[in-house]
Amino acid sequence: MPRKEWKKVLVIGSGPIVIGQAAEFDYAGTQACRALREEGVEVILVNSNPATIMTDRETADRVYIEPLTVESVERIIERERPDGLIPTMGGQTGLNLAYQLAKRGVLERCEVTLMGTSLKSIDQAEDRESFRALMKELGEPIPESMIVSHVEDALIFADKTGYPLIVRPAFTLGGTGGGIVQNVAELKQIAQSGLQASLISQILVERSVAGWKEVEFEVLRDGVGNCITICHMENMDPVGIHTGDSIVVAPCQTLTDREVQTLRSASLRIVNGLGIEGGCNVQFALHPSRMEYVVIEVNPRLSRSSALASKATGYPIAKVAAKIALGYALTELKNAVTGKTSACFEPALDYVVVKFPRWPFDKFTDADRHLGTQMKATGEVMGIGRNLETALLKAIRSLDIKVYGVRLFELERLSDAELKTACLEPDDRQLFVFAECLKRGWTVEWLVQETGWNRYYLNILKRLVDETTSIANTPWDEQALLCVKRLGFSDQEIASLWKSTEEEVHQFRMKHSIRPVFKMVDTCAGEFEATTPYFYSSYDVEDEGEVHKLPKVVVLGSGSIRIGQGIEFDYCSVHAVLALRKAGFESIIINNNPETVSTDFDTADRLYFEPLTLEDVSEILDKEKPDGVVVQFGGQTAIGLASGLASRGYKILGTTVEDIDRAEERGTFDRVLQELGAKRPRGGGATNMEQVQRIAQEIGFPLVVRPSYVLGGRAMDIVYEEKELEPVIKRALSASSDQEIWMDQYLLGTEVEVDAISDGENVFIPGIMEHLERAGVHSGDSIAVYPPQTLDISMQDRIIALTESLARSLKIKGLLNIQYVIYYKELFVLEVNPRSSRTVPFLSKVTGIPIVDWATQVILGRKWEDIGIPLGLWPIGNRVAVKAPVFSFSKLQRVEPSLGPEMKSTGEVMGMDRTYEKALYKALLGAGLSFTTYGSVLITLADRDKAEGVALARRFAEIGFRILATEGTTRYLKCEGIRVETIAKLHDGSNEIIDGIRKQKIQYVLNTTTHGRAQASDGFAIRRAAVEHGIPCFTSLDTAAALLQVIESISPGLLPL
Amino acid sequence: MSKVAYLVFKDGTTFEGKEFGEWSKSSAQLKEQEVVFNTSMSGYQEMVTDLSYAGQILVLTQPLIGNYGWHHEENEADKTRLQGLIVRELSEGEGSLHGEGSLEDYCQQHGVQGLKGVDTRALTRYLRQFGTLPGLLVQTQEAGVEYWANSQRKIEDKSEHWVYRSTVKEAYEIPGSGHLIAVLDFGVKRNIIRNLQKREFRIMVFPARSTAEEILRHRPSGLVLSNGPGDPEELSEGIAMVRKLYDKLPVLGICLGHQLLALAAGGKTYKLPYGHRGGNHPVIDIRSGKATMTSQNHGYAVEEASLTGSGFEVTLRNLNDGTVEGMEHLTYPVLSVQFHPEGAPGPEENAEIFDHFKDVVLRSSTQKGRR
Repeated sequence: MPRKEWKKVLVIGSGPIVIGQAAEFDYAGTQACRALREEGVEVILVNSNPATIMTDRETADRVYIEPLTVESVERIIERERPDGLIPTMGGQTGLNLAYQLAKRGVLERCEVTLMGTSLKSIDQAEDRESFRALMKELGEPIPESMIVSHVEDALIFADKTGYPLIVRPAFTLGGTGGGIVQNVAELKQIAQSGLQASLISQILVERSVAGWKEVEFEVLRDGVGNCITICHMENMDPVGIHTGDSIVVAPCQTLTDREVQTLRSASLRIVNGLGIEGGCNVQFALHPSRMEYVVIEVNPRLSRSSALASKATGYPIAKVAAKIALGYALTELKNAVTGKTSACFEPALDYVVVKFPRWPFDKFTDADRHLGTQMKATGEVMGIGRNLETALLKAIRSLDIKVYGVRLFELERLSDAELKTACLEPDDRQLFVFAECLKRGWTVEWLVQETGWNRYYLNILKRLVDETTSIANTPWDEQALLCVKRLGFSDQEIASLWKSTEEEVHQFRMKHSIRPVFKMVDTCAGEFEATTPYFYSSYDVEDEGEVHKLPKVVVLGSGSIRIGQGIEFDYCSVHAVLALRKAGFESIIINNNPETVSTDFDTADRLYFEPLTLEDVSEILDKEKPDGVVVQFGGQTAIGLASGLASRGYKILGTTVEDIDRAEERGTFDRVLQELGAKRPRGGGATNMEQVQRIAQEIGFPLVVRPSYVLGGRAMDIVYEEKELEPVIKRALSASSDQEIWMDQYLLGTEVEVDAISDGENVFIPGIMEHLERAGVHSGDSIAVYPPQTLDISMQDRIIALTESLARSLKIKGLLNIQYVIYYKELFVLEVNPRSSRTVPFLSKVTGIPIVDWATQVILGRKWEDIGIPLGLWPIGNRVAVKAPVFSFSKLQRVEPSLGPEMKSTGEVMGMDRTYEKALYKALLGAGLSFTTYGSVLITLADRDKAEGVALARRFAEIGFRILATEGTTRYLKCEGIRVETIAKLHDGSNEIIDGIRKQKIQYVLNTTTHGRAQASDGFAIRRAAVEHGIPCFTSLDTAAALLQVIESISPGLLPL
Repeated sequence: MSKVAYLVFKDGTTFEGKEFGEWSKSSAQLKEQEVVFNTSMSGYQEMVTDLSYAGQILVLTQPLIGNYGWHHEENEADKTRLQGLIVRELSEGEGSLHGEGSLEDYCQQHGVQGLKGVDTRALTRYLRQFGTLPGLLVQTQEAGVEYWANSQRKIEDKSEHWVYRSTVKEAYEIPGSGHLIAVLDFGVKRNIIRNLQKREFRIMVFPARSTAEEILRHRPSGLVLSNGPGDPEELSEGIAMVRKLYDKLPVLGICLGHQLLALAAGGKTYKLPYGHRGGNHPVIDIRSGKATMTSQNHGYAVEEASLTGSGFEVTLRNLNDGTVEGMEHLTYPVLSVQFHPEGAPGPEENAEIFDHFKDVVLRSSTQKGRR
């Protein structure tokens, strides 16, 4: 029973999505809040990320969308006076905050009890030394390690432990200077370079367990001491690659029961030893051939892995952890899935799941895509199957990267030598690299030797490769088809092997009734009757997902979290589901992202955990026979399925497929604009240099160049002057699969964004947002402000009018999003998205309007008046909200941090207050900027920005900042009468700038030089150095101006007499 | 390509799969066997060599089986009495670097009929719905139908209780430095022996048909009644023997041993609808209120009400269905558990029951010494 009567509890979220901390904490936090409210506890929630379900008014009793800093949470605590705080739901961010609040005495002063896992336990798990001491006490082996400052000490350590060893320099980012060493010579060399790279001349030398199996246990323990493991998981790749970047299989497949039980018992000892009360994750390295293991890591909180374990098993870990925090014993709780059996049990799986990471290298083509100890994936997908082949192939299809099997065509071009290198230096393609090796006849044995992958997994891969070859040789053979369908092959892959089309394979399959059935995820392998509405497909015999004869609608989710398609779309999908339920429909969701709220089994009436492809979705629709499918909430992934589904005869609800196409296809859309007399930046398509020249002449510079059909996301470019044109065009032409490129006028105007609901006749605009950065910075990367701060009423009226006519003309039913640019008082349309957008949750939160709910009702055909939607623009309130992007550059080596037309941010935060400056301050603070109000600013400007940059430099100087600039910029600023100190350029051989950044002598960097892809350039080196050392770096003058506006309002001046 | 084969139930329900293991001799003498399922996610080898499955066809709900091959040290007995094994996916068994063959080889060599590629989840759900049922492994559906049509005329099964076909032939001793423990082998799992060895006992393993006198002649300080197959109530000799022993020395009963103790003390057992087989069954200690995960494999259970007046008190209970999981005698140093404290496969956290038993044995022998 609860230890005390909790009245009010504070839950801390995890803030913006960054690499390493994604949607899983929205899932955990939301589930926790629901579990607490179930017990009649008043829940106070703080999180800076508006695109989350947890920050909904319905999730908690009071929601604070505030920066996740100690000060701001302290203010909330002072005001709310909760009697408890749960620190373990908000990832490392939440945990660190709670820890700081406790250390600073805030919790004690305000009489707030830390619920669940105690501060002492957290301390013991997080602090390296006390953790080592505890492991020693418990007799749990950890890799021996030592911090040394001299190469000699490293050699002495090596004499004791033997090789291989890992050398990690202290205080460097991206692991530069470290590595694995096999012998004395290598150790000497790497230790030396590591010591040089380290800011404090220290390196950690650790016994390497690279090549061992990596195994994880998710553990729950209550205050009484009941302790259970929810799930164990095994990485396909051996130790050496971050778990977040590993392909993970659950449950473990290559461990004997003795190995499983040995590690299980060890995790129970550790979790008991730490006195965890809630969830905990324990990671082990297990020797591949003898009974030896070491503990690699312990996380005393809910984690990415616990979200995965939760979805993999159906066990609601976060919910149960929240109840434990209240004081419940596991034995007092029921298994929500069966409703009868106890929650104090360990789930049994009768399927296998594969988690596959989703990497951002399609967006960041220049990034270092090698995998190592630094996580690089932005999100993940999960595939469920009754065999590993199926689970793996489902996961691959779910990535939404146009790969439908284990073949990656670009690898076919590699020479044997290149392929071998690719095996030994793994990057995100490693599974496909191995498949290519096997296809070339290289043996599993060789791969086992060279890569340390387990033979079992490589055999699975080999089977897929062999079957790929064999099915190609037996076209239109029913038995052969059935055989590969059982292995999870997609129609699309088979079509490509049969040199046919997906549709023909589909028809053939229908003719021969080769269809999957649906199985239930029930936590107990069928032992008990369960009512979980959580299904996956399998080519098996019995279908157990009895369908209901009810009015029902299917919502397509958005898949993995990736750059450009983030958690916002999960937010929208969840709200669509809630609206459907409210409207009396059975709601069915299809999605494949284990981190999200939408894939929680009690979000929708039924959950299908399946890839979002035409084939997989069709099978579900054939079974469920819903009244329709909603595609407009699942981002581009869902919209992309609309036409395929419609042509198979499924009913798409909301805006029709024809109208979606009219908005998305350039030619038809131009005609729509023409009819309305609306303008868009001038431009055109070109296939050769002649046409390019002609268009360039017509539209002038600067202009935006993009391949018409993009391969691998090769990016857009902005060309400022004629002389830059040719190389850019050449590159773009080669990247374009159909040898065509698009060129558009680049209007350096104010960008404005609008979300609207329409039924094709009536139009409602919840709000207009103004972008702080001028057009040219991707809308997802710019700071957005609501309400607009610089638009006059007449311009707003024009925006409203044009939005209304566009909605009518495109016959929008549901949501639409329009991006405008205002250039010299003229309104241009940049693009129209006939779907929900990134800004919908932001607008919903600041206006309080249930945008998705209303849109869903419109989609269902309810009358405008009956829903009660107003018309026109919603009146602004007394709050200003600012949405700021958050980047993960420090985790992605070699990525250009400069902002441009390609989106680069991974997440966002919102700042809301009564005035613009305050809202902006909160947003920037929430985005991780620390406002230094004095110090030095490094300014290096491109020629075109110099005139404008003067004003900014002057403002910095007036606050009291010291201005540092490279030669050209110095000269310019000096002429304008600004006090500047010259700093030597990098290509002059000086290290002054980088050193200044490294040693924190520079507080801000304003750099607009060498846009484009010149990686070797000074600008790139400066920007990289800044992001890697956490120095704010502004690549747009507008962002810097915004920063100045805030600093000016908060900092006292420096005015000598 | 392996041949298609079937599991056919009396009601005509048929599950299709493909043959593996030993099928050559079986076609001549068809015989129905009890079909049961186990939900453990690891430990196929321990399950296949667990003699408690004697006379049964085992369905594994974990779909990927055989992944890490076969390691002789992992065997729970030097033989198997399992009649059939049904899996979804059978691997060649190359996932472990130190494998010594495959599950498939083992089944072939030890006469286990295997059926793979079966929709084991459908089969499990069927068994859950209708309870443990006899099923027939056959190569053609017709043969199955014919068999069941004639099953009315079938003569009564006169073969021995599976316990006697599983137990050791002659008593043997395992040296140790501590007190002597007698183990009555009804189909004992090696890990029970290993757990006793770990606690430094000297061990004598007795065949199931041993008499109380034979055992007492060796003056053991304690007695372990092992696990084993089949209906405990049919083991009248065993029950009588246990009755003669349990008031004379410390006893630990495990699984079948636990049921025999209850029967010996006047209690009753009954057949569970579909048994408990798996590694995730929560058991709560009534006195401490704490729960642990247990490894289980039993089709019968002790009727709690029948223990009234037996001298036994229920100490452990299943958290899911409330069935008796452990008991202790109010007067004698006798304790028993329905589950498997030795795991193998399954959680090891209840191995402390062996420590507890050791304490009981030590305390009891010092008392005796004093007396």
